[in-house]
Amino acid sequence: MTETNTMPKKKALSLQVDLSKFEKATDEEKRQQDVMSKSTTFFRDGMRKLMKNPLAVASIIVLVLIIGTITVAPAVVPYGYQDIIKVDGKRDKTAKNLEPFKYSKKEMKYMEKTGEKLFPHIMGTDSMCRDYFIRVVYGTRISLTVGLFASILVLIIGVLYGSISGYAGGIVDLIMMRIVDIIYSLPDMLIIILLSVVLNERLSATQNPVIKSLGTNMVSIFIVFGLLYWVGMARLVRGEILKIKSNEYILAARAIGAPSGKIIRSHIIPNCLSVIIITTALQIPSAIFTESFLSFVGMGVKAPMPSLGSLANAAREGLQSYPMQLVFPAVTIILIVLAFNLLGDGLRDAFDPKLRR
Amino acid sequence: MSGKEKKAPLLEVRNLHTSFKTDKGEVRAVNGVSFVLEEGKTLGIVGESGSGKSVTAYSIMQILEQNGRIVDGEILFQGEDITHYSAKQMNVFRGQKCAMIFQDPMTSLNPVYTVGNQIVEAIRIHSDKSAAEANEAAIEMLKLVGINDAERRIKQYPHELSGGMRQRVMIAMALASEPWILIADEPTTALDVTIQAQILELMQDLQKKLNMAIIIVTHDLGVIAQMADEIVVMYGGRICERGTADDIFYRPCHEYTKGLLRSIPRADNMKEKLVPIGGNPINLLNLPHGCAFCSRCDEAMKICLEEVPEELRISDTHLASCWMNVKNGTYTEVPGDE
Amino acid sequence: MSNETNGKSGYLVEVEDLKQHFPIRTGFTKTTLLKAVDGVSFKIRPGETLGLVGESGCGKTTVGRTLLRLYEPTDGRIFFEGNEVTKSNMREYRKEMQMVFQDPYSSLDPRMTVEDIIGEPLDVHKLYSTKSERRDKILGLMSLVGLNAEHATRYVHEFSGGQRQRIGIARALAVDPKFIVCDEPVSALDVSIQAQVVNMFEDLQKQLGVAYLFIAHDLLIVHHISDKIAVMYLGRMVEMADADELMDNPMHPYTQSLLSAVPIPDPETARKQKRIILEGDVPSPLNMPSGCAFRTRCRYATERCSAECPPFTDRGNGHMVACWEK
Repeated sequence: MTETNTMPKKKALSLQVDLSKFEKATDEEKRQQDVMSKSTTFFRDGMRKLMKNPLAVASIIVLVLIIGTITVAPAVVPYGYQDIIKVDGKRDKTAKNLEPFKYSKKEMKYMEKTGEKLFPHIMGTDSMCRDYFIRVVYGTRISLTVGLFASILVLIIGVLYGSISGYAGGIVDLIMMRIVDIIYSLPDMLIIILLSVVLNERLSATQNPVIKSLGTNMVSIFIVFGLLYWVGMARLVRGEILKIKSNEYILAARAIGAPSGKIIRSHIIPNCLSVIIITTALQIPSAIFTESFLSFVGMGVKAPMPSLGSLANAAREGLQSYPMQLVFPAVTIILIVLAFNLLGDGLRDAFDPKLRR
Repeated sequence: MSGKEKKAPLLEVRNLHTSFKTDKGEVRAVNGVSFVLEEGKTLGIVGESGSGKSVTAYSIMQILEQNGRIVDGEILFQGEDITHYSAKQMNVFRGQKCAMIFQDPMTSLNPVYTVGNQIVEAIRIHSDKSAAEANEAAIEMLKLVGINDAERRIKQYPHELSGGMRQRVMIAMALASEPWILIADEPTTALDVTIQAQILELMQDLQKKLNMAIIIVTHDLGVIAQMADEIVVMYGGRICERGTADDIFYRPCHEYTKGLLRSIPRADNMKEKLVPIGGNPINLLNLPHGCAFCSRCDEAMKICLEEVPEELRISDTHLASCWMNVKNGTYTEVPGDE
Repeated sequence: MSNETNGKSGYLVEVEDLKQHFPIRTGFTKTTLLKAVDGVSFKIRPGETLGLVGESGCGKTTVGRTLLRLYEPTDGRIFFEGNEVTKSNMREYRKEMQMVFQDPYSSLDPRMTVEDIIGEPLDVHKLYSTKSERRDKILGLMSLVGLNAEHATRYVHEFSGGQRQRIGIARALAVDPKFIVCDEPVSALDVSIQAQVVNMFEDLQKQLGVAYLFIAHDLLIVHHISDKIAVMYLGRMVEMADADELMDNPMHPYTQSLLSAVPIPDPETARKQKRIILEGDVPSPLNMPSGCAFRTRCRYATERCSAECPPFTDRGNGHMVACWEK
């Protein structure tokens, strides 16, 4: 190889080094150079990655704040979500459509008179003289609960269906997946609206206390989720299981003679867990969105129970004069949905084995 | 630099450093690699995974991933440093001066276009040929790379071709602009031996016909022995030794090269036990202070653990970076590398 | 049918006319049979290594997997120590026959620790009575394959390819088998690590007397480790002989070109080497040529080759060849 480099030559003297350095190194010394990196588990490694993702961390903080607020607020705020504000035990009809942190005339008189400070209306009041903050808090509660339970429902049905289909394979898989295809091809919004109309009539006749307290619309939302929305999860789980099944470690377990039950329990389920969790995290905002949409068009929770969607709907009437009444629930929806989506993405980046390395 | 006075070599890499930022820290994939490629010659870069051999090739083409960049060093093409080229200049360099083929021909061909479409596009980007002329040229190219009934093949999609055929198409595309240098990154690793022999022979034929220089990156010492005039042996992002093929195979001067040659089955050691290199592959996140190979080296000395060995000249054609040469005095001079 | 089906044949594993056909959907209602393995027979003695070479798609991996009944064979019989292995008694043979896989990344469950991976066969076959016995056995296996005890609680993603392959070998050895199918166990490893693993296979054979079916495409490594070598092409065996005999005196035109195509790591020989470069590609196994499958790429092919499939016959000293012309 020709050396075209003509930089000054280093003096040969520089190589006259200490002879003791040319003794053979011991195995111990060599081993010190070859250290294995610290042991981590899959979970710890994933958490470390998640905590390095600023968007995911911000989402966690937002969600913790929101959940903290909706748990604590009803105990702190002295107003009820369906009660007209009372001053001195009397209904205050002047406290209509107040601006945030403003008091009504009666309240101001009362405070002047007694010197006692009343709890502020953080988000003002609505057209029916109710404290808006506590209504948004309850609306968030409802929306989050619906989102959470609907997702769990989807999770259970989807995972069961998908894993049976994926593991059984063959004709069973074929039939089960065609059913999924049919459900997929149904227009979901139409079905939801039709179902909630029909169910509303049926369910309003029942005397079941649980259904009564939830409101028939809520129940129909859950039924719709349970009937329609699991298909995505089922397809995903099936695909994941097919992929895991093709891995050589499943073949290795079979070569060892491990029975099917053990293969499912110790190989397949642990390996598709992360995908299931990620999908569930992404399912929650979509459920919240659907619930809000339904409530907005008036098919959601029953008044006076607020949900973020129905609050937004109610605010529509006074939009010109009191835009803040739309802004508060809308911003809350955005925050929750965005946070869950970003958290889901962060979870995927951190835990999805496909994206590792 | 006075190197420009005589004719500059076709490609010279000087003290190249390439790093990747990962979430586990900075990975220094290439640490001070230098070599020279002369016109019409074949340079083989050999090393195991993580040795930095592919990153070196990618650095020359400047097609590193988003998180990677050339930190230091020069890449001189006919005496001109290309590391400071603009994106536009680089495109010209990549198309017309230097072309690359990859290990997996399936992923480097676009599945939605016919083979002909892709070659014609490659030709038209770099020349002002009309569509019909380019089509003619594409058929010519396919014939050149030994594809029978090129007129039919040109209308086929990549998935309709076999692995060997796809690699031929890749070579045809790479040669469409008549480059000076062809960089082949593990070109036959995904292929079967009989197909590998076809492709290697094709590359040697084309080199003679087109007088092009080849850089072949591989882990297979057999492929290197067959193809390369000069060889660079890499380990842990550094060059262990470089020289002619005979230097490396018959007079290895670095313990890693010696170990590598001992550990492969050859005609003369079939009945003996192989002598493996002990230890585990290097962790690029945690490079030793001294020689990258020290923890696996049977001859390792105290100095090997502490200081990176300098590159020493063994003969006119042969350079090696191993403290054993200093100990045994088997070197002629210290070249001017800092 | 072999006349050596009694227990005293001296062979550990005997395979007779093994066939594995997979139905492949080629049209809306049409299915074509993919003849991955089409009539393969061989015998392996205890403590012996049979190397099985061939190009991708020749069915060598399928032979290994069908042998362990990971696939249900279409036809043919498998004997272990003279007794026929059937679907119903396979479970007990799982303790005698094991497998080491090619891909050290996908063949180990990423959610399990090394201890659990090696312990799985012990759990399945209940090969221990106490927890501490299980642990002792696992540590014993780990030191047998050159892993430290401190590696036991780590997860596989922390290991290099060579170390993972050691874990895979320890798992196969856990049930103390007499026969191991090694499916390309070194081809995914770095050159400097391959020798470590090859040496370990050889040492274990000496120590434990296991027999191997060593499947690989690297002829030099197969030559190094095997007593006998069999060459496959498109689902059939074309040549089988003692390792040295096959390397020095290959008879089948395919073996000849395969040997000449191997790049020799020696520049001098490489320069002198005369290559027989095969024309064209391997035909699709869905659309096999009539007669001898190799005839489309063979220099010596005649009409007879397309008319009839050549028989696999002994040409002296157990050198089996399937070719009309040689």
